[in-house]
Amino acid sequence: MSPSTASSARASEPGSAQADSREWLNGLRATGPERDAAVGRLHELLLRAARFEVSRRRAALAHVRGEELGDLALQAADDALVAVLAKLDDYRGASRFTTWAYKFALLEAGVRLRRRAWQEREVVLEPDAWPQETDVGGSPQSQAEVGELMEALKGSIASCLTEHQREVLVALALNGVPIDVFAERLNTTRGALYKTLHDARRKLRSDLAKRGFTLDSV
Amino acid sequence: MDKRIDENTVKRLLGPAEPELLCDECFEKLDEYVELELAGAPADDRIPGMRPHLEGCPTCQEDYESLRELVRGDRR
Repeated sequence: MSPSTASSARASEPGSAQADSREWLNGLRATGPERDAAVGRLHELLLRAARFEVSRRRAALAHVRGEELGDLALQAADDALVAVLAKLDDYRGASRFTTWAYKFALLEAGVRLRRRAWQEREVVLEPDAWPQETDVGGSPQSQAEVGELMEALKGSIASCLTEHQREVLVALALNGVPIDVFAERLNTTRGALYKTLHDARRKLRSDLAKRGFTLDSV
Repeated sequence: MDKRIDENTVKRLLGPAEPELLCDECFEKLDEYVELELAGAPADDRIPGMRPHLEGCPTCQEDYESLRELVRGDRR
């Protein structure tokens, strides 16, 4: 790791945290029993993070047995361990090593838990249940403005977007399908799907602006 | 689904107005962003585009909240 590539958070990091991060790297880059011990500690750390994620989402998964959730946490930690070890050279020292490693475990656990929560649910791609009633909690005038904007938005969605962009927008932004769940069903990646959503949103903003809508507060 | 229109429906459809990171960039910088925030540093100035992305991507927002809470818990 070059000092010039380490960025902002590190500058305010206490020296002990930097030393701790170096110790993690040295252990994981060692050989023999020293590496084995470091890998074992890393797995414990990742498992703790994965279990933390399970506990945060427990309410949404009340119908899932505890044993299954325990297995999901373990699978997430196992896959996160592989990812962390494979990407060790990508660690730039921009945060503590443990913070950097945690995010892999949280991602793996989050993906599994969202997929589990949606396992038996259908993903609706069509806007057949467009919102009908306006509820902005404001004056009749502001309700009318939101209603007018929503009507215009429906028109822009129909006229400006490709079929794929419409499906992605409806699933993610209207029907609340988690992006990684939808990515798996479309056999694509979360990044590619968000790019599609992002491009669709840009098109809609541009079209509404052309039609005279002021979107400063949205 | 709640069939009422509210401002959040419009916001979800239109996404953030400001330039934003995409999911891969968000994941790459999430650890740094969280530590800057917890250190009281101006995280949004140092990593522009992160906050709008978190507002526009509920899944990344969940990952961010989890990481922040986990790291915060470690430091108590």
